Amino acid sequence: MKWNITRPADPQPEEMRAVYGDVLTAIAAEDERIVVLDADLMKANGTLGFKKAYPERTFDVGVAEANMVGVAAGLSAVGLIPFPATFTCFAARRTFDQFFISANYARLNVKLTGTDPGVAAAFNGGTHMSFEDIGLMRTIPKIVICEPSDPVSLRKLLPEITFRYGSSYLRLHRKPITRIYDASETFELGRGKVLIDGEDLTIIAAGAILVAEAIKAAEKLDAEGISAAVIDMHTIKPIDEELVVQYARKTGAILTAENHQVRNGLGSAVAEVVTDQIPVPMVRVGILDEFGEVGTQEFLQERFGLTAENLVAQARELMNKKTRVGASPARSHA
Amino acid sequence: MNSSEIRSLQRKAAEIRRLTVEEIAHLGIGHVGGSMSIVEVLVLLYYRHLKIDPRDPALETRDKFVMSKGHAGPALYAVLADKGFFPTAMLQTLNQGGTNLPSHCDMNRTPGIDMTTGSLGQGLSAAVGIALGHRLRKLPGRVFALIGDGDTNEGQTWEAAMSASMFGLGNLVAFTDYNKMQIDGPIDVIMKTDQLVDRWTSFGWFAQQVPGHDFAALDEALQKALAEEKRPSMIIADTIKGKDLPGIEGDYNNHNMPISAEQAEQLVASLRELEEASA
Ligand SMILES: Cc1ncc(C[n+]2csc(CCOP(=O)(O)OP(=O)(O)O)c2C)c(N)n1
Ligand SMILES: [Mg+2]
Repeated sequence: MKWNITRPADPQPEEMRAVYGDVLTAIAAEDERIVVLDADLMKANGTLGFKKAYPERTFDVGVAEANMVGVAAGLSAVGLIPFPATFTCFAARRTFDQFFISANYARLNVKLTGTDPGVAAAFNGGTHMSFEDIGLMRTIPKIVICEPSDPVSLRKLLPEITFRYGSSYLRLHRKPITRIYDASETFELGRGKVLIDGEDLTIIAAGAILVAEAIKAAEKLDAEGISAAVIDMHTIKPIDEELVVQYARKTGAILTAENHQVRNGLGSAVAEVVTDQIPVPMVRVGILDEFGEVGTQEFLQERFGLTAENLVAQARELMNKKTRVGASPARSHA
Repeated sequence: MNSSEIRSLQRKAAEIRRLTVEEIAHLGIGHVGGSMSIVEVLVLLYYRHLKIDPRDPALETRDKFVMSKGHAGPALYAVLADKGFFPTAMLQTLNQGGTNLPSHCDMNRTPGIDMTTGSLGQGLSAAVGIALGHRLRKLPGRVFALIGDGDTNEGQTWEAAMSASMFGLGNLVAFTDYNKMQIDGPIDVIMKTDQLVDRWTSFGWFAQQVPGHDFAALDEALQKALAEEKRPSMIIADTIKGKDLPGIEGDYNNHNMPISAEQAEQLVASLRELEEASA
């Protein structure tokens, strides 16, 4: 297996929400425009440290997410850079119209953050489990959607999000996550990262849970003699079309993996590029046509097939599909 | 209510608290504080007023109850189990994969739950719809709702408030669990939600405020509310988050907290004492 990145010298886990709060606090020291908003979930979202450092730049609006996003839009209208946060389910479903109109249609600069995506909501259960937030957000013109897979990429991408004008949606895993990247790694919004190079198929994954499972799957596939590339597609919009096309051409088959519905999420975004530009066999792994439910994250990963084992099984399927299709048109053009 | 009736409700309240602690402690984590503050309201409703039949949860003519602060499901599950809607042993499955008792109330999974909740602010609107539906379909059942004070921050709660009085829903009685706590801290510090009697009155409701762990006061307020025919009623119950759990009561970190087996044992023992004291 061929790693394409420097492995972290020090892979210890870090709480993603702590990184989020620390980075915002550090940026705020240099930039007075940074303000944080929350809707009664500050501890969960890791912004209590920011509040301590900058109480006058922190607004907890209580349990009122729609108001929070509307207020953020107003703050942005007078030149501030607001970071409202709540769980992904409320960020996307409950504030969608306010975020769409007051923030995005008004061409303002609201940096919305949703935490506990998909099955990470675990014991909070079905009402709190967002399998559709990327789908909703992806339909907003010009928006940036980012889902970092580890603390290092979060630390590097958050300043980019901050200083790129325009509204964005950060899909943030809040719990401890083991580092994938070395601290020296650099990142660019809209440019996916090839973690592992491969020849037979490409796994394109996003987010803390599925990128980790994709790496495990590539290891298992390697042991079976299948060479799988793994891409961390941390920016879901705008998607890195060039990289998708490059790996579709190189490996002739693509497997996507996401902690979200397969409809209108990462898999759909990749499929749009593939069907438009370079049709190759594809399989999308994610939640099928189902609502969330309660349980441990491990139980839910099993329940919805978000595991390395399922990725391996789907990769085998994909290899069959690829053979049936024959020499892929991509390769014959190459 | 005479004093022996009150004592028996007090005993039931201690028992429900104990069942709820055991239920949450089985997994070791859960919404403790907000489950404890509502126990007297639930006990008064389910053991004295609600016209329900545990053997027939689907009965259309019965009273309905909407738990808008859906995260307090565990306390309601303890009541429903004790009433016989499902076996008490099922309480041990709270929040485990495949359970019918998820952290937030789910009408499709749990017998006796009348509305799916968990996204705050939505419960009172649903209760308004159920009350309107009962009136339209000439169903005799009354509609009860329980909202949180943090839940009251949501704009939708006030949209529901406007519509309930506009539609003259005399068949709707709501309670506010006024424990003065939300997740990030005291209501007064986070999002002041005060003068509730004035607020609800100005929205066209019949509003009263009473000590929320006092059965006599709660019952008196409820009798008055039930006598209202043309207006919806709001009973603001002054409560304490984590009520009757030594070391947990009143602590603002008690929203969603771990309970160790040892801690559970001590809490259960202390609740048993309360049960016996009112025997
Ligand atoms: C729309 C929505 N936003 C946020 C949450 C997360 N949340 C669950 S309980 C809670 C605080 C609720 O406070 P309150 O209504 O006073 O209930 P208590 O904690 O006192 O039981 C919050 C913010 C939620 N469930 N729904
Ligand atoms: Mg409260």
